Amino acid sequence: MNVTQVIFIILSAVTLIGALGVVVSRNLFYAAIFLVLSFVGVAGYYILLEAEFLAMIQILVYVGAISILIIFAIMVSRRFMSPKYKARNEQWVWALVAAAALFAVLVVILIQVDWPIAQASVPDGTLVELGKALVDPGQFLLVFEVASVLLLVALVGAVIIARER
Amino acid sequence: MDFILNFWVELGAWAQDVLFGWGLPAWAVNLISDIVVVLVLVVVGIMAVLIFTPMERKVIARMQDRPGPNRVWPYGLLQALADAIKMLTKEDITPTNADRALHMLAPLIVAIPALLVYAVLPWGPNIIGKDLNVGILFIVAIAALHVIAIIIAGWGSNNKYSLLSAFRVVNQLLAYEIPMVFCLLSVILFTKTMSTQGIVEAQTIPYFIVMPVAGMIFLICAMAEANRSPVDLIEADSEMVAGYMIEYSGMKFAMFFIAEYVNMFAAAIVISTVFLGGYKFFGLENLAPVLTPVIVFMKAVFVIFVMLWFRATFPRVRFDHLVGMAWKFFVPLAMVNLLLSALVVKIPVANARVEPWVQGGVMLVGNLIIIAVTVLILSRSARKLEDAPALKRIVAVER
Amino acid sequence: MQVPLSWYLIVAAALFCIGLYGALSRRNAVAILMGVELMLNSVNINLLAFWRQVELVRGTLSGQVFAIIVITVAAAEAAVGLALVIAVYRSRRTVDVEEIDLMKL
Repeated sequence: MNVTQVIFIILSAVTLIGALGVVVSRNLFYAAIFLVLSFVGVAGYYILLEAEFLAMIQILVYVGAISILIIFAIMVSRRFMSPKYKARNEQWVWALVAAAALFAVLVVILIQVDWPIAQASVPDGTLVELGKALVDPGQFLLVFEVASVLLLVALVGAVIIARER
Repeated sequence: MDFILNFWVELGAWAQDVLFGWGLPAWAVNLISDIVVVLVLVVVGIMAVLIFTPMERKVIARMQDRPGPNRVWPYGLLQALADAIKMLTKEDITPTNADRALHMLAPLIVAIPALLVYAVLPWGPNIIGKDLNVGILFIVAIAALHVIAIIIAGWGSNNKYSLLSAFRVVNQLLAYEIPMVFCLLSVILFTKTMSTQGIVEAQTIPYFIVMPVAGMIFLICAMAEANRSPVDLIEADSEMVAGYMIEYSGMKFAMFFIAEYVNMFAAAIVISTVFLGGYKFFGLENLAPVLTPVIVFMKAVFVIFVMLWFRATFPRVRFDHLVGMAWKFFVPLAMVNLLLSALVVKIPVANARVEPWVQGGVMLVGNLIIIAVTVLILSRSARKLEDAPALKRIVAVER
Repeated sequence: MQVPLSWYLIVAAALFCIGLYGALSRRNAVAILMGVELMLNSVNINLLAFWRQVELVRGTLSGQVFAIIVITVAAAEAAVGLALVIAVYRSRRTVDVEEIDLMKL
């Protein structure tokens, strides 16, 4: 049990407690803060996996933008945080059963597979290679451009949908 | 003599030798040296508060032709200590219907992003907390964390002015993050690396001279991110009565206060690293590497002086003008600058090796053209505004 | 490898199932969206864990690129989804998904 595994377990605890807080909190604002906590935990995972560019992007986009969007949406529809509104709908028991069953099936499969163990370490120029891969016509240029168009469409669409009449 | 010249690096090596001599295993030595580095960086950050609080008040006072604080010690230089004692002895109040957990959580997490930035700032050729190869992106991501802490502070106070101020904060901070990232991207195109140490090493000419447009936009955006006047709508007394910090008193307010000054110092060091050449000073860092932290500190003090100068000179900007300025003026300008630097860096294709001062010179000329065109467009539209009939009526009435 | 791949996958599966429960059992539209974001995060962890283990020896980067695109799509979807929530709140004064059922018979 070396240091990396201990760090992994601590990060797992943080992330999973955050995730549980999201789905269990009755107070929506607490749920948003737990969501931020689990995003930060996931960024920690990316750092453990030596994809530090992804970790920074995760914090910048998820914590810096999406969480703020969610908090603003909560503030706009604020009436629904008082205790007399129920937080769960009638099918929550079946949802719990389905989620638990899916988890059990996945864990059983994942334990039984013999995963490949690769001993490579991340080379130094990964960031440069990532940049080149995103604009290389032979690799991922099309995906990059489509993602840009998607962002533009989402931007215009969100502004139009949420406009004051 | 060599020991004195390379003092900081030698000190670190000697300390590690001592730890090894005590028989500790390698991982324990690394852990202890990391903890010591963290403590030193935190102390440096908090020293910034002690030094810059009285400096700010004295400098702005002198600019306004008045003495400033002069009771505590000669020249009032220990004013920060008096402020700290005052804040520690104040009563710690939580408003009645406020969310206790959130109210207590916000001051805790507002200082964290401000202090985290110090981990990637270079104080010398090998004196850095941790040289991440995505250092600049780390700094931008941490600025995004700051926003969440402010929202929690605004929400947890159960006060509609606090909440309104939190909304305005988010608006301002998110709007000014974008020109900041564009300016940093222009610099990264030149340096071809995101690590802060790499950026300092790549500056044979300080980038403020190569691209003054990016430098000035970044300075204004950093001031807006640190909520400094003239863009401090959210915490000005005449506007929002301390904004999201209304309901905080005592040590919790001290945390917000500390966070603001730590943030300001970190922003100043980032500006001096990216645009002013970091720890380089006409070759002094090769002759006497012991002086590099002093060089960095002096540059940061200069940048903070410029920030205080802005504060003492300009009136406050109205909020819709503020956000409009960010989206409609800085973003297009920063984008044009980014396009220009992309052209300058990439046009000399393949194996042609261009001298850095040639690239810098072309970039500078391009930037001066951008400034000239911008001033021309603005003056033409201002002249049109002068001729507007509504304004003529107002001016006529006043006369 | 210091941390075995199966650990990452199990944690990602747990995160996915927690997100699934959140998306299926909550009444508030924003809370459902939070569950969906958790599911997208778990997918990202999976992608990067597989990239680290399987692809690194081959030198390709499709795991990281895929993860970046998933983050982009999640951001776009959160923006449009929350705009929809705000628009629905303005016209119906509710964000309870049980009550937004005007198209049902």
